[in-house]
Amino acid sequence: MSAHRQPDAIGLAGRLRWQVSDSLVLARRNVAHVRQIPEKLIDATIQPLMFVLLFAYVFGGAIHVAGGGYREYLLGGILVQTLTFGIIGPATSIATDLTEGIVDRFRSLPMSRSAFLLGHLISDLAAAMLALAIMIVSGLIVGWRLHGDIPHTLAGLALLVLFAFAMLWVGMLLGLLARTPDAVTGVAFVVIFPLTFIANTFVPVGGLPAGLRDVAEYNPMSAVAAAVRTLFGNPTALPADPAWPLRHPVLSALCWCAIALAIVVPLTIRRYRARTTG
Amino acid sequence: MNVLTDANAASRVASPPQGVVAEGIGKRYGEKWALRDVDLDVPAGTVLGLLGHNGAGKTTAIRILTTLAVPSAGSARVAGLDVVADAAGVRRRIGMAGQYATVDGLLSARRNLEMVGRLYHLPRRQARERAEELLARLGLADVADGLVRTFSGGMRRRLDLAASLMGEPPVLFLDEPTTGLDPQGRNDLWALLRELVDAGTTLVLTTQYLEEADRLADTIMVLDRGRTVATGPPAELKARVGGERIAVTLAAEDGLVSASSALEAFADGKSSVERDLLRVTVPVRTGTRLIEVVRALDGAGVEALDVHRREATLDDVFLAVTGVEAVRGQSDADESDAEVAGR
Repeated sequence: MSAHRQPDAIGLAGRLRWQVSDSLVLARRNVAHVRQIPEKLIDATIQPLMFVLLFAYVFGGAIHVAGGGYREYLLGGILVQTLTFGIIGPATSIATDLTEGIVDRFRSLPMSRSAFLLGHLISDLAAAMLALAIMIVSGLIVGWRLHGDIPHTLAGLALLVLFAFAMLWVGMLLGLLARTPDAVTGVAFVVIFPLTFIANTFVPVGGLPAGLRDVAEYNPMSAVAAAVRTLFGNPTALPADPAWPLRHPVLSALCWCAIALAIVVPLTIRRYRARTTG
Repeated sequence: MNVLTDANAASRVASPPQGVVAEGIGKRYGEKWALRDVDLDVPAGTVLGLLGHNGAGKTTAIRILTTLAVPSAGSARVAGLDVVADAAGVRRRIGMAGQYATVDGLLSARRNLEMVGRLYHLPRRQARERAEELLARLGLADVADGLVRTFSGGMRRRLDLAASLMGEPPVLFLDEPTTGLDPQGRNDLWALLRELVDAGTTLVLTTQYLEEADRLADTIMVLDRGRTVATGPPAELKARVGGERIAVTLAAEDGLVSASSALEAFADGKSSVERDLLRVTVPVRTGTRLIEVVRALDGAGVEALDVHRREATLDDVFLAVTGVEAVRGQSDADESDAEVAGR
């Protein structure tokens, strides 16, 4: 009956196995929460759909993009913005867990320490993939097309997944830094809106006033959006003399993601240890 | 019915019984010591009751022993393993139910338990069966699929306790387990804990009620502002404190002296006078008849508004062991605030 009590020495392979199993148990917990609070999925479902439709039909007529229709241009930007909004999901759920007793329960159990963060990462990555799929389908419906060959298309999708992954780590860090779950939303909006609007996400940077244009050209969001457009064969609407990151959008996008992860992952782990050590 | 007992008997075979030992443990949050110089020795299969008011350090002691807090001083071993050096090993052998129910409000009771079982690394089927058993045992079978957010305080406490038992732990820590339970729930819980201990579980629990510590514990440790002020078997402690009290409330202040001297005849210890409440309280020998007390008071011409008999309380313990009235003042919130700030 007590054969289940796990032996103390289980080796590296055993530890890895439990790390995966524990993370999946916690990811499943987060998914079960969605069943109780379906609003949690709005970020991943209705919001991207709303942005595609609003920009395609409301702004679409007013913004002119060289080298193709606005909808062809738009989608790269909306994909980047929506995945950036993915910060909010892990940030609020982690901040909520930390304000409640449940983390004490987890900490008193023989589960892997990292499973708490990995569980959030897995479930929120799944939500991001859902958002990605909804945007691609709704984009195709409003007239956006993929023009690249299969390797480029796959590379574009892979870049979006990498970007989503990096944003989720940013979200986890924010959740660990926040004092309350409510604080998260406020902070996130103040950061996300300027970051995703002072960029080439919705309008070509060439039309921006000089100072703002510099900010937009070096904004990591612009690099990622331009890289996605390049890989999908959509118009990039670059100005005549773009800044270095926009001349090499794919390389810059990869660099930005790598830099973000290199900074945020260690900080997140350190902060998590600090918040869960009495 | 006796699934719990059998399971525990089996787990004793798997891991040799060892209780809880601590030497000089202390915890400092900033300048303030929440716990200081506390020694514990709880042999396997026995019960330690940590008795104290809010802010006495009970929760801090539990947090150190359950690996949730790292001691600032001293060392502790649970089930034979060091709580700092081998925290992971300790976690495999303990169950914990905190003062604030540590369950997930957005899951059903059943899913909470199954999740905890999986995180104790039980196979899925075993986690499911164990959850089912514990839901039935703790009277939660009817609400097993209800969302925990909608549960009453007492139901959450019971679920929290069930969660702490999912891993069939040889050592169990319960922080004020009966707070928020109705009398029936409390009696059921006492019976369950008795059963677990009879089957070999080592239990450390905290309480503010002398009666509860007396009912359950083999050893009582009284904590006050982070320090141990008394420790020993309940009988010994009660011998120092005395069992019953008779409290007399007077109509006027001038009756205090004559009431005190009239009560002397029954006294089994020092009487205490609360001038502002016009009340005299005196420990009495067991078997003292209330009617005789009333006659004596009447004979002394004391005008009493109320005369009643009551059990000794934590305050009486403090008065008996420290000679001073207990210091309250510090609330739970203070203690947990200090802990949060310390993180």
